[in-house]
Amino acid sequence: MTSVKIIPKKKDTTIKNTTEKKNTKTETKNTEQSNTIVLPGDILVESIDFLTGHGTYREGKKIYSKILGILRKKEHVISVIPLSGTYQPKPRDFIIGEVAYVGYSNWRVDFGHPNSATLPMSGVPEFIENGADLSKYYKRGDLLFAPIESVTKNMIIQISMKDKRARKLFGGKIINISPSKVPRVIGKEGTMIAQIKNKTGCIINVSQNGRIWIKGDNEPLATRTIKMVEKLSHKKGLTETISQYLDKEVKIMDTPKSKDMETQ
Amino acid sequence: MASNVPEKYKTLIKNNKRIDGRKLDELRPVKIEVGVVPSADGSAYIEIGNTKVLVAVHGPKEMFPRHMINEDRAVLNVRYAMLPFSTSERVRPGPSRRSNEISKVTRHALESVIFLEEFPAMGIDLTLDIIQADAGTRATAITAASVALAHAGIPMKGLVAATAIGKINDKLAVDLNGPEDNFGQTDMPIAMISTNKNITLLQMDGDFTKEEFKTSLEMAKKAIDPLFEAQKAALQKYYE
Repeated sequence: MTSVKIIPKKKDTTIKNTTEKKNTKTETKNTEQSNTIVLPGDILVESIDFLTGHGTYREGKKIYSKILGILRKKEHVISVIPLSGTYQPKPRDFIIGEVAYVGYSNWRVDFGHPNSATLPMSGVPEFIENGADLSKYYKRGDLLFAPIESVTKNMIIQISMKDKRARKLFGGKIINISPSKVPRVIGKEGTMIAQIKNKTGCIINVSQNGRIWIKGDNEPLATRTIKMVEKLSHKKGLTETISQYLDKEVKIMDTPKSKDMETQ
Repeated sequence: MASNVPEKYKTLIKNNKRIDGRKLDELRPVKIEVGVVPSADGSAYIEIGNTKVLVAVHGPKEMFPRHMINEDRAVLNVRYAMLPFSTSERVRPGPSRRSNEISKVTRHALESVIFLEEFPAMGIDLTLDIIQADAGTRATAITAASVALAHAGIPMKGLVAATAIGKINDKLAVDLNGPEDNFGQTDMPIAMISTNKNITLLQMDGDFTKEEFKTSLEMAKKAIDPLFEAQKAALQKYYE
């Protein structure tokens, strides 16, 4: 239980190299071991050389898991990626929220959390004169994709539109997934979301609070794929299966058209 | 009390075996299922012998009622209820003296494990519904509750499991069943944390001598291990 659960980095890389060549059956077998699920109270490591990351706590020499999740070790930091749970806002997280209230000098944005976020006048790239009508910029019901700037201890959340990626969302549709599955939808260095974007040709914005904005002709396929990722999130080798699934679906969509062409 | 005991329950232990064939330090068969309530953030269903409990967790979410809010930590709301059909005699629905007490005691047993300070001004709702009661409902409910809390992704120091130690025919026994609880002498539910075996709940109905109390604590520490194993196995199985 103690040190056995930590999988050395070497093993991970060897698995990756070999699975590409081998068939899928051996792949799942190999990778099951590396996706160690830990539970609250499990001892992760018994040494003072490690630091406690997300989802862990220290008691004496031992580091325990706080939550149900997948064990991750990065250099000297031990952390647990949650498999379930509600969204807890953190600075630099992107959220999708709806403008719920336009005030004298700020907007209030509802993003599916008990505490709504505040967008101050200073958080907008344009210069706004004192006393101007703020609904000219963002009005009630507008959807915003913006990063969280700060979160205080008593949950006063501030967002900003000054970031390059922050924007108002027009059209498209929003789907909700479990916030704990968001890292899987994005994938390692964005590989998963990049391939869904490429193969479906949709514009997709993923926010950390579990809301995903999709716009494009292949909207239904993108939705289905993301729901599939959510459902199979704890499985390894998912990027590959999703890639195969997308190829198959895109082909099916293309074939009737080509047949029509032949008959004509 | 002795005068009301039916003939077949007068001797609860024969040849070191109890009426259901268990040894004195043996638990009833345990079955735990995770994720049985899709609308909840976390849920668990447990069967220990004939005691069946369904637990659901909602939250952390906006605290309701508003006046109970705590600005620096979450509030754990526990509602224990025996469903009307859970016993041979219909249970009147709604809060009662007994269910209020058990709700409170269960809250204390779990509060010390949860990192409530991570969710200021929020509430966590925990509902414990006893589908079938056959002694040890609070212990069973606590065991299932910590599984449901883990499934809901709520940070905890460890899992909590609970069992009861009782005295029947002047002998100490683990995890009493219905007749043993009704016609035995003592019943003592104990809840412990998986990491360090710290006690989070200890109640006693009846009496023990000092020696009996000490041995029963030791018995509980040993008997509770299979419960932790069952909890962990259930959670692992759900994500396989």
